[in-house]
Amino acid sequence: MRFTPNPKPVVEEMLKSIGLNKIDDLFVDIPNDVKLNRDLNIPDEMSELELTNHLKKLASKNLTTDQHVCFMGAGAYDHYIPPAVDQMLLRSEFYTAYTPYQPEISQGVLQAIFEYQTMICNLTGMDVSNASMYDGGSALAEACMVASDSTRRKKILVPDSIHPEYLKTIQTYAISGKMEVVVVPSKDGITDSEAIISMTDKSVACVVIQQPNFLGNIEDITNIEKAIHENKGLLVMAVDPFSLGVLKSPREWGADIVVGEGQPFGNSLSFGGPHLGFFAADKKFMRKIPGRIAGQTQDPEGNRGFVLTLQAREQHIRREKAGSNICSNQALNALAANIYLSLIGKEGLKQLALRSHQLAIYAKEQFEKVGIKLKYNQPFLREFAISVNSPTELNKKLLASGIIGGYELDGGMLLAFTEKRTKEEIDKLVSLIGGENHG
Amino acid sequence: MARLIFEKSVAGSNKFKLPSSEVNEVALENNIPANFLRNEDFILPDISEVETIRHFTDLSTKAFGVDTGMYPLGSCTMKYNNKVGEWSARLPGFTNVHPYQPEETVQGALELMYELERMLCEIGGMDHFSLQPAAGAHGEMAGIVMIKAYHNNKGDTKRTKMLVPDSAHGTNPATANVVGYDTIEIKSNEKGMVDIEDLRSKMSDEVAGIMLTNPNTLGLFEEDIVEIAQIVHDGGGLLYYDGANLNGIMGVSRPGDMGFDIVHYNLHKTFGTPHGGGGPGSGPVGVKAFLADYLPVPMIEKKGDQYSFNYDIPNSIGKVKNFYGNFGVMVKAYTYIRALGKDGLREACEHAVLNANYLMHHLKDTYHIPFDRVCKHEFIATSKHQVDKNGVTTLDVAKRLLDYKYHPPTVYFPLIVKEALMIEPTETESQERLDSFIDSLKRIAKEAEENPELVTTSPHEAVVGRLDEVTAARSPKVKWEAT
Repeated sequence: MRFTPNPKPVVEEMLKSIGLNKIDDLFVDIPNDVKLNRDLNIPDEMSELELTNHLKKLASKNLTTDQHVCFMGAGAYDHYIPPAVDQMLLRSEFYTAYTPYQPEISQGVLQAIFEYQTMICNLTGMDVSNASMYDGGSALAEACMVASDSTRRKKILVPDSIHPEYLKTIQTYAISGKMEVVVVPSKDGITDSEAIISMTDKSVACVVIQQPNFLGNIEDITNIEKAIHENKGLLVMAVDPFSLGVLKSPREWGADIVVGEGQPFGNSLSFGGPHLGFFAADKKFMRKIPGRIAGQTQDPEGNRGFVLTLQAREQHIRREKAGSNICSNQALNALAANIYLSLIGKEGLKQLALRSHQLAIYAKEQFEKVGIKLKYNQPFLREFAISVNSPTELNKKLLASGIIGGYELDGGMLLAFTEKRTKEEIDKLVSLIGGENHG
Repeated sequence: MARLIFEKSVAGSNKFKLPSSEVNEVALENNIPANFLRNEDFILPDISEVETIRHFTDLSTKAFGVDTGMYPLGSCTMKYNNKVGEWSARLPGFTNVHPYQPEETVQGALELMYELERMLCEIGGMDHFSLQPAAGAHGEMAGIVMIKAYHNNKGDTKRTKMLVPDSAHGTNPATANVVGYDTIEIKSNEKGMVDIEDLRSKMSDEVAGIMLTNPNTLGLFEEDIVEIAQIVHDGGGLLYYDGANLNGIMGVSRPGDMGFDIVHYNLHKTFGTPHGGGGPGSGPVGVKAFLADYLPVPMIEKKGDQYSFNYDIPNSIGKVKNFYGNFGVMVKAYTYIRALGKDGLREACEHAVLNANYLMHHLKDTYHIPFDRVCKHEFIATSKHQVDKNGVTTLDVAKRLLDYKYHPPTVYFPLIVKEALMIEPTETESQERLDSFIDSLKRIAKEAEENPELVTTSPHEAVVGRLDEVTAARSPKVKWEAT
């Protein structure tokens, strides 16, 4: 299959019209010793029929959450996505567009971003949101960079109750030398606030808290927030946006910068990506926020319109002075979140969180009935860890019975409950795990 | 005036419903302390499904994509996004897969990633690719972090500078800064190439490397690339290749053969994956063998017929994001490469270069062409004549193009050319489209002479007139608030 519309005679005519004889004349500027001068060692082109069969075959080698019941969460969640979301994303004006550099013909994309920003601000309680980031982990790393830059301090305190991949990402970004990441061990599945508070002084740029944390537990941030703000540092939160309909908002906790993974809002698991990082902050950081931001303005006749704004922060203008090199966003994923949230609405979001919670509580009770204990004694919303001796063996057994089990912990397993799970599925999970007497 | 979805909200019109509950409907308060629960109310639109669909359908009609029309946005490679790729990325076997599923249950995904990595290596003349980075700039960052890790690992810590040509993409100096390097700008010479003498004078044992795009942002192939590589390597630096312009040499020349040590690609450019109005993208980063141990994890391994993740890379810079990169975009790029095959990839490059030269040739009587020599996939024209004679700027020309139903070229970039219009037609435009584009630009030039105000007040046919970007930045309004 090729997507070059000009057939050979047209190519020849075009060459002739610009005074050249052959295609090779277009490449005379490339020195011969750096020319490939052979064919690429890549398979020949495929017909669409061959190609679609080939891809179907590859896809069929993966086991999916359609065929199996999924209790795996740990940062990516198996939520129901209304078909209307994908139908809208398939409007090719959306998906074949580039970054909206020319606002007058990109109002659709820009307005969708502006609406998305509003939703993120409303849910987090923050003043400003950007147009989205690559994902939750890299968004958190960028948030730490903003904290370090705006406080002119290097130290970042991170409890190990945050997602291990978020932590590793922050550590990679720290190779820049602009941040010094200090990991604080957790206690009973939550942040050791005493330890964090005792380490909080005038050299700390920010404390990072994930809410609910990686293990599903809800953190009490009250004292940490006081300590870090007394020392003029920042509270950076990574939150599960799915929880924000019912759990205390980051603004209520006193957060300065809020990031998170927006995948639960209408984005498929997709083997881990593309997902959607979000980034929101207090208005005093408006000119330090990385990435794109859509803003409202007007045309000469006073019509409302939207543009990419505050570009003086960005790499195109500030070049080597820019605080972030990000120049894309996950616009289509953010659009999915916008459509999803519009379809479910505020009450829908609350109901979904409540239902997931009720299913999780039911599972907890059933586990306890068969003698399986929760690994931590902490409040949770929809994800918790159980104590089991050999999670790997257990996952194999679950898989054989059509269940994608949980994330394996040391002596435990982290299980997630979304609205898609049923009583019957949970009963099966519990009976398979309980029968082994793993507690 | 366009109404926002919040303004279309009618209380009670959202009919979202869950299945009836099979378990006890316990209250949150039973298990979660009250001070962990939300007090503050928040607004989401309360809107029916049909009005939601109409809203987003309406927004789509106010967006311009490659399927809408020609999109000659320089350095962005807005080629046609084939539909089979959009189909394949939506196969449930790819979308409904959890990233933490056991490896034996995701063999198809791993095989696709492994094969994609091998093909990307061959196209770039590199030895290994990591598919982790989520976008071009993210790949750049991974690449420059690797340079830093490499020098650090050798104990060579005085290399604090990064060389970047003055014609470079803005992401290059920004990336260098983010990773903690001071940027040293290298001048371009009168031919639009890296000035070799300036490079030589700035190369030292404090320089970690150079970031180059080739073809460069003027659409020109850096003819002295072998000498550039020699100078930087002799000084102990590494060469980083910004793959934004790879479409101009694909199948003809490879960065790995030019002396580059690290490469990133933009799958959404060269490999035709849609950019979604700003993303998702994907920015795989590739290296020569001696840097393999620095790549971000995980890498994909093949043993016998089994594929697996390898996190055990001795000097790996670590993770750059969660999970494994933008897998869905990889599916589209894989589909693209397999669809075209080796001949198709080279043909894509050849036709992209032909189309660019064809446009340049037929526009040079009307617009100023600062570098009038064979170009690669893009070239620079300017509105110098129009500004000088009629006061019509490049921005005016761009806005007037909107009335002719074209997406304008990239404007005012690269910064070293005044009034630049950076035009990249790509291989997927027919001669007829190119002719019509040429005709439109010529008509605008004529309008600039006969009725300049028509051009300077454009666009006239868009859903809004020329938007005031200055006010937007001075008094930012970045979210909707209920009045």
